[in-house]
Amino acid sequence: MTSKQQPDAAAGNGLLDRRVLLGAAIGATLPGVSHADGLPIEPWMRTPGLPLAGYGQPSPHEGKVARIAASLPGAPGTGASRTPHHLLAGMITPNGLHFERHHSGIPEIDPDAHRLLIHGLVKRPLVFTLEALARYPMESRICFIECAGNSGSLYQKEPAALGVQGLHGLLSCAEWTGIRLATLLEEAGVDPRAQWILAEGADASGMSRSVPLAKAMDDAMVALYQNGERVRPSNGYPLRLLLPGYEGNTNVKWLRRIKLTEAPTMTRDETSKYTILRRDGTALQFCFPQEIKSIITHPSPGLALREPGLYEISGLAWSGYGRIVKVEVSADGGTSFAPAALQEPVLAKALTRFRIPWRWNGGAAILQSRSTDEAGNVQPTRAKLMEERGPVAQYHFNGIASWEVSGAGEVRHVYA
Amino acid sequence: MSMRDRLLAATFGLVLCGAASAAGQNLGHVATPDEIAAWDISIGPDGSGLPAGSGTPRQGEAVFAAKCAACHGENGGGKPNDRLVGGQGTLAGDAPVKTIGSYWPYATTIFDCVRRAMPLNESKSLTDDEVYAVVAYLLQQNRIIEEGDVMDARTLPQVRMPNRDGFIPFSAK
Repeated sequence: MTSKQQPDAAAGNGLLDRRVLLGAAIGATLPGVSHADGLPIEPWMRTPGLPLAGYGQPSPHEGKVARIAASLPGAPGTGASRTPHHLLAGMITPNGLHFERHHSGIPEIDPDAHRLLIHGLVKRPLVFTLEALARYPMESRICFIECAGNSGSLYQKEPAALGVQGLHGLLSCAEWTGIRLATLLEEAGVDPRAQWILAEGADASGMSRSVPLAKAMDDAMVALYQNGERVRPSNGYPLRLLLPGYEGNTNVKWLRRIKLTEAPTMTRDETSKYTILRRDGTALQFCFPQEIKSIITHPSPGLALREPGLYEISGLAWSGYGRIVKVEVSADGGTSFAPAALQEPVLAKALTRFRIPWRWNGGAAILQSRSTDEAGNVQPTRAKLMEERGPVAQYHFNGIASWEVSGAGEVRHVYA
Repeated sequence: MSMRDRLLAATFGLVLCGAASAAGQNLGHVATPDEIAAWDISIGPDGSGLPAGSGTPRQGEAVFAAKCAACHGENGGGKPNDRLVGGQGTLAGDAPVKTIGSYWPYATTIFDCVRRAMPLNESKSLTDDEVYAVVAYLLQQNRIIEEGDVMDARTLPQVRMPNRDGFIPFSAK
């Protein structure tokens, strides 16, 4: 695979030094389109465009940039929709494309009627209106939310014939703005016996999860804004719990109640769901942080390579334990890796965009990415994860994923 | 904050300062016991929060047929949605059948879940007696309690589920 090593080669099968991206040192010859009569004056250059709009929408040419949804039989609001990361760039997920996972539809909440109750092991149980909460000091942070079931089909014995969206689309990243939960808990007065909180949503399923009080007092947020505008109904309007780095399900949407308790409540979603069943029949419970992970978004299934030449391999890396410090990319199925460039800002518990140039020679290739976080966690191979957990674990798949590029430039999901 | 930090914050919206006023806003109103009671529907594994009322498997059979079987199948056998009965002894290996009987560690969770979330299209519509009865029926169908057992706030937390010891905290793995 490394028959013709070029001066800029960083790993096998055409991977180039990440710094090549920064300069103009590549002698790429891109096919030109010539216009014998000069570049055309298009119709939109001759007449005034559309009028101003109250709330802007994407170009009608971008209609295919949409979530794909699947729901339970007879329950159209109970299911999930997935972010099309193969059609996006950067680290921020637009609000209309943030993934969804609902357990009984999206409630149509009247914000004036909504209340947040904090009670249980507190000195003073408190009820807050939205109007009151809006007067508290706020802060913003960019962080990812990933469903614990994201990439779960990679536990299957055979690789699913899906792309980035179908396999890894239960993942998004936004700037969230709200109130530190610790501020509200301190006003209520935490009883020293309290060790856990129960967070409950105002949807028809009353989705609820137990979380250690330590997390609630650390970096938990009651979020009112998502990428600058009020949280979307599909993401918890008028407010949601944000637990940076923790599995998506614990980031309770439509938050209406927080109860401080001595021990976990053992709700449905933290016992019968969101637990990792292993080969020996025992299950891991309270699997909170989403572990070190990365995916290649470009190229990926549906984004075929048209001809041999220079391409940018790009993807996303993240860890519930902190910042990404390294992403390595392989074009030869893991035989050799080269370090990718990390797009700034690299933030703890946020998606980090990585990029590396690749000269595709027109031959077969298997693309992989492997990330490392500041805590020293390294993304495991799929084989290692399967050895530890077995095929029915369902949740928290974070192994290395593989795209095979065929000689024709088609890309498909494989195990390698 | 240094100039560099201010610039970083202005550029990237980073979280840089957490120095909230110690005085606090104090804009919540103190919740009354009645206000809390109406919303506090969670049931702990020790039975805390269980209401008055009771139900038997026989009473639950009728409720299940009327309210639950359309989604969970006759006798809780599953389809189109979650299977609720059977599967005990299948968790180890490559074809586990996760049901209330085979997987759920606490019987109190069934009460909590049914009362808050079921039936899916009409949640919180069952009376507490009906919830106790459906829970009793599902436990009996899973051969965890007997036909003549009565489920109430005292007996339900005493039910020992077959997979009670099947869970290990992730942090301890």
